[in-house]
Amino acid sequence: MPLEYYLVLSALLFTIGVIGVLVRRNAIIIFMCIELMLNAANLAFVAISRSLGEANGQAGQVFVIFVMAVAAAEVAIGLAIIVSVFKHRQTINVDEVNSLKG
Amino acid sequence: MSKELIVVLLAAPLVGFLINGLFGKWLKGNEKLSGGIGAFAVLVSLVCSIIVFLRLNGGAAPLEAKLYDWIIGDFGDDSFAFNIGFHVDALTAVMLLVITGVGFLIHVYSIGYMHGDEGYTRYFAYLNLFVFAMLILVLGNNYLMMFVGWEGVGLCSYLLIGFWYDKQSATDAGKKAFIVNRIGDFGFLLGMFTLFAAFNTLDFTAIFDEAKAGTFEQIFGANTLVIATLLLFVGAIGKSAQIPLYVWLPDAMEGPTPVSALIHAATMVTAGVYMIARSAVLYEIAHTGQVVAWIGVLTAFFAATIALTQNDIKRILAYSTVSQLGYMFVGVGVGAYASGIFHLVTHAFFKGLMFLTAGSVMHAMANELDMRKMGGLRSKMPITHATFLVGALAIAGAPFLSGFWSKDEILHSAWGSSPLIYGIGLVTAFLTAFYMFRLIFVTFYGESRVEPEVASHLHESPPVMWVPLAILAIPSALIGLLLGWGGHDSWFHHFTKSVFPEAHHDASGNVLLFMGISLVIGLAGIAFAWRRYSKRAPADEPTTGIHRLLANKYYIDEVYNALIVQPIKNGSHFLLWKLVDNGIIDGIVNGVAAIVRFVGGLLRRFQTGVVQAYIVSMVLGIVIFLAYYLFFS
Repeated sequence: MPLEYYLVLSALLFTIGVIGVLVRRNAIIIFMCIELMLNAANLAFVAISRSLGEANGQAGQVFVIFVMAVAAAEVAIGLAIIVSVFKHRQTINVDEVNSLKG
Repeated sequence: MSKELIVVLLAAPLVGFLINGLFGKWLKGNEKLSGGIGAFAVLVSLVCSIIVFLRLNGGAAPLEAKLYDWIIGDFGDDSFAFNIGFHVDALTAVMLLVITGVGFLIHVYSIGYMHGDEGYTRYFAYLNLFVFAMLILVLGNNYLMMFVGWEGVGLCSYLLIGFWYDKQSATDAGKKAFIVNRIGDFGFLLGMFTLFAAFNTLDFTAIFDEAKAGTFEQIFGANTLVIATLLLFVGAIGKSAQIPLYVWLPDAMEGPTPVSALIHAATMVTAGVYMIARSAVLYEIAHTGQVVAWIGVLTAFFAATIALTQNDIKRILAYSTVSQLGYMFVGVGVGAYASGIFHLVTHAFFKGLMFLTAGSVMHAMANELDMRKMGGLRSKMPITHATFLVGALAIAGAPFLSGFWSKDEILHSAWGSSPLIYGIGLVTAFLTAFYMFRLIFVTFYGESRVEPEVASHLHESPPVMWVPLAILAIPSALIGLLLGWGGHDSWFHHFTKSVFPEAHHDASGNVLLFMGISLVIGLAGIAFAWRRYSKRAPADEPTTGIHRLLANKYYIDEVYNALIVQPIKNGSHFLLWKLVDNGIIDGIVNGVAAIVRFVGGLLRRFQTGVVQAYIVSMVLGIVIFLAYYLFFS
């Protein structure tokens, strides 16, 4: 399969993630959409790395491992924040969590 | 005569000041100890002064000693150095004796006078500090050190005038004295700058030698010394309360009476006279003595006329001090330096005596100062009356009392310089005798007009107060005779001869004739006062126009207020405060704040607290960046 297919899929996934983040109000859904964006990026990394061939090294694929590790850490912290927000406010609707406004 | 002796002389009051100033809290309960330390410190200085005097009198050479370098400017050819050093000659010795002698008696007197005062230790600390500063003023061997003392006594004067600082009038008087003195001191500073620019040093001996040799730099051409001496004289006008800066001295009577006696009669106010006598060489070369003499004689006359109509004992004495200082300036102005200093000495004694006596009266009268409410005090306070009478006779020029000798010498010398100055001086002598005996007759003679509740405990002062009075009365009476016998050929003139340049106005005419005229004038003043005031009290309200003018002190305070104080106040209020401070400075500060606030107000719109709004702006930003890179670069 040509590289374009992968990149188009990656762009679609990323756009879905962005739109999800922008339009949804549930913090957990927003969180999932962020993961979607990360994985769209991962897909682009892997696809391009593969298409460049082994001669050019495996850096793109290794980078994906890094992104996953960071995403795992992010999930741990992010979910913890969401849980504690819920404990305080009995909601995870981000529109209602707006006490930092100027 | 050694340096160490002078150091001890100088250090004693400083130590006294430190003890009373730093440990006053612990000394508060023990007035005798606190006052005793203060008086003892000055006694040490007095003993040292007497030793200095005896050595000098015994033929010792004047001491010129450097203690250490103070300010050193190392600029190659333009190098200069100011040192802390002493110059002790006959003039210094005379001043030392006056300062520590009168000072000691006034410290002793104060032990009784200030009894029970809230700020007892503070008072003695200030008084010792004053003696220390005054000693620096007369001991220094350069103008800079003199200036340090000059400012030091000014500070102490301010502190002591406003000693009862919870009284509005006292703090006002203190501020007035300080501000008016600032004007004079500014002149003194400019004079010092001029001297320094011309001579590149401020040491007395160096300046006087170069001035005589004419080897200094003529920074203002031929007028260099004229300008320098006149500027220095502005300083003297401020410190010694001459026209037009005399206005602070009468108000300075708000301070405790012994302070008036020591600072505002005997010592500090004579600093200007001392300064001119010390700079005699310069005034001789510059021929500016005439200006000094004219200012002096006009002040003498002017202040004497005001004193004629005042009813407050201390104010009469204050105007009398201004007037007598005028005499001293006539003396040093016409070149009779020794006579001017001689009058300084006699005046220190008899005016100090009269102030202390006034304090004694106040003490007995529950702080009443208006002599219209006195009268007939002689029987109740015989010692006070007797000592005051001695002082008044001395100032009025009664034969063989001290004022007779010193004032007559000045008038005699003035005749040789300008008969007009002599004439005004003579009229002033008449006025002096008149107002002093008006004071005596109204206060001590005639019917008692004392309020009944005050009269019941009218009493003679305690011994700690009247003994210094009695001791002071003796020199007040006799010092003129002892030192001044022989007029221009007297002991005093011989003693101070080495210090001053030769008098250029030869005393002319028959000495006895001049004495006779002065005598008649003085007695006429006394007689006139007796005729008018021995039986009746002064009128409550001025009746004639000239009387009203005098009673209101020529409206000088009002004129100054209208011409100087109010414009400055208005300028400060409307221009500096309202316009510059509120308008411009605050405007800039508040303007910056307002701009920041406005911009912040715009930016806070973005801070919605809604997470999605942030993300939208972030995405938009990314899109813009991407678009830019993709389509425009």
